[in-house]
Amino acid sequence: MAFKIIASQCTNCTACEALCPNQAISEKGSTFVIDPALCTECIGHFDDPQCVAICPVDNTCVIDAAQPRYQP
Amino acid sequence: MNDAVFPAGSAFETASEASGPTINLADVLQQVAEHKGCGTEGGGTKPSCGSSDGPADMAPEIWEKVKNHPCYSEEAHHHYARMHVAVAPACNIQCNYCNRKYDCANESRPGVVSERLTPEQAAKKVLAVASTIPQMTVLGIAGPGDPLANPDKTFETFRRISEVAPDIKLCLSTNGLALPDWVDEIAKYKVDHVTITINMVDPEVGQHIYPWIFWNNKRVTGIEAARIITERQMLGLEMLTERGILAKINSVMIPGINDHHLAEVNRAVKSRGAFLHNIMPLISAPEHGTVFGLNGQRGPTAQELKALQDACEGDMNMMRHCRQCRADAVGLLGEDRSAEFSTDKIMAMEVNYDAEGRKAYQQAVESERQAKVAAREEELAGLDAAADISLLVAVATKGHGVINEHFGHAKEFQVYELTSSGAKFVGHRRVDLYCQGGFGEEDSLDTIITAINDCHAVFVAKIGGCPKADLTAAGIEPVDQYAHEYIEASALIWFKDYLARVASGEITHVARGDAAIRQGALTSAA
Repeated sequence: MAFKIIASQCTNCTACEALCPNQAISEKGSTFVIDPALCTECIGHFDDPQCVAICPVDNTCVIDAAQPRYQP
Repeated sequence: MNDAVFPAGSAFETASEASGPTINLADVLQQVAEHKGCGTEGGGTKPSCGSSDGPADMAPEIWEKVKNHPCYSEEAHHHYARMHVAVAPACNIQCNYCNRKYDCANESRPGVVSERLTPEQAAKKVLAVASTIPQMTVLGIAGPGDPLANPDKTFETFRRISEVAPDIKLCLSTNGLALPDWVDEIAKYKVDHVTITINMVDPEVGQHIYPWIFWNNKRVTGIEAARIITERQMLGLEMLTERGILAKINSVMIPGINDHHLAEVNRAVKSRGAFLHNIMPLISAPEHGTVFGLNGQRGPTAQELKALQDACEGDMNMMRHCRQCRADAVGLLGEDRSAEFSTDKIMAMEVNYDAEGRKAYQQAVESERQAKVAAREEELAGLDAAADISLLVAVATKGHGVINEHFGHAKEFQVYELTSSGAKFVGHRRVDLYCQGGFGEEDSLDTIITAINDCHAVFVAKIGGCPKADLTAAGIEPVDQYAHEYIEASALIWFKDYLARVASGEITHVARGDAAIRQGALTSAA
C-alpha cells in the first residue's frame, strides 16, 4: 500500500514534498498528492514514513487501502 | 495559487526602551537613535553630543545594524517599516500554540489569509514595497513555517534581494532546531539579525509546550524532544554570538507553564550573548484550534506581562513593542499594508527602485528624531513632584512619534509609563476599530476601555463627545489638546499638570485596574 494525503486536511505547507525519498509528492491544485506508483512507504530509506512524521496535521498522510501493499 | 491560511513562524519585532542602574544598551540605543550625532558618557543614560557614529560604548557596526531596524529599536519603529515574505511554509516542530490547519494563533495575527511566495516573487515584492514605502528598511523571513526548515527557498530569497536592493537589512526568525546547521550560511548572506523563539531551557517545562519535533528523519516526542530543542537553541545562539550576528529572543508567556521559568530563560540567553529579549503574551482562544486554545489555557493579562518584562529588564534589554505580526506583514509595526501588495498586484506593478529617494527620506527621519528628543528633553525638568507616583497613558498614533490618530480610527494604542524619570514606552494594546460604520459602536468602546483600563489618560488627535463622556466615566481622561504634537513631550506636560492638580487637591491620585490583552484577529481598516 502506498500513502495518500487527505486533501481536505492538507495545509499546503510543502514539508512532505522535500522529504520524500522517492519524489512521489507533488503539488496539485491547492493541495499536495502522493503518486502511488512511486511511494515505497519509505521502506528501505527510513524507519518512519517521512510524510507522516513531518505532517503538521495528524491523520492527514494515511495508508491508501485502495492500493496494493508495497513490495520491496 | 494556494489559498490556505498560513501560520507564521515567529514574530519579529524588537525594541529598546529601558533604563537601569547598569549599562543598558537598549536605553543607550534609543537615545542615540533619537540623538543622531550624539553619543553617551560612560555607562550612564544621559546622552551627550560626541561621536557621529553612535554611542561611545557601542561598536559602530552594531549601531549601524540597529539604528533603523523597527524590530530592534522601539524608537525606530515609529519611523521605519519592515516586511516579511512568506517563502518558508514548512516547519520542523509542533508547538501547542500553533495550529497549521487554520492559522498560527500565537506568532501571527490570526485569521488572515496569506499567499505562499516563490523566491522570485518575493524579490519582486520587496522591490515593489521598497519603491512605494521609502521607510521600509528591513526584510524578514518569518515563516509561515520555519525559515531554516526551508533553507533553499530562504537563502535563494536572500540572494535575490541582496542583489537588487543591497541597502535593505535582512533578518530571519527561527525556532532554532536547525539553526546550528545554517549559521555559516546566515553569515554569508549578511543576515545580521536573527530571532530565536525560546520558550524554555528546561525540558520538564518544554514537554508541555512542544508535542513533537522532526529530528534525524524521525518524530521525537516528550522530554527528549524538548531536550533536543534546548540544546540546539543554545548552541545556535552561541554560534551567532561568536560571529557577531545580533540575536533577539522571542518567548511566549504561558501562565502556569513557563511564566515563572522565563526569568531563567532570560538569564540563559543573556549569558550567551543575546541582544534583546521579547516576552510576548500567549494568544489563545478556542477558535484558533490550537492545543492551548482548546484546553482552555489562558494568556497573561497586561499587568502580568508587564510585571514579568519589568522583572527581566534588570538583566537584559526588553522589547515591548512587538506586534506578533504575521509572516507576510508589510508596513510600520502597528499597521498592515499587505493587502496592497498581493502577488497579482505586484506582478502588475511598474517598479522603480529609487535608492537616492530612500536615502533622502531616511535622512529626513533622522532630523525628525532629533526634534522629537529635543522636545522631550525640555520637559524632563520639574518631574520631581511625581515622587512615587507612576501611571500609564495610552496614545493614538499613526507613527512618527506624534499624537496623530483619531480615537475612533485607532487600531491600537501605545502605552507610556510616566514617572519622575520621564516617559517610557512600555507596550501597546490592540483594539477593534471603533468607527465601523455606525453599528456596534458601544461594544467597540467597551473593548477599548477594557484594553486600556490600566491607563489614567488617553491621548488622541481628535475624539467625539460620546466616547469622551464614556471614557471619563470609566476613569480614563481623554486628552485631545496635543493633537499632532510629539508623544513624549506632550505626555510629560500633561503629567506635570496632573501632578499639580493632585498637589492642589483638585483630584486624587488612585491606582487603575488591570487590562486585557486582546485575543482575536485584528480587523483591517482597508
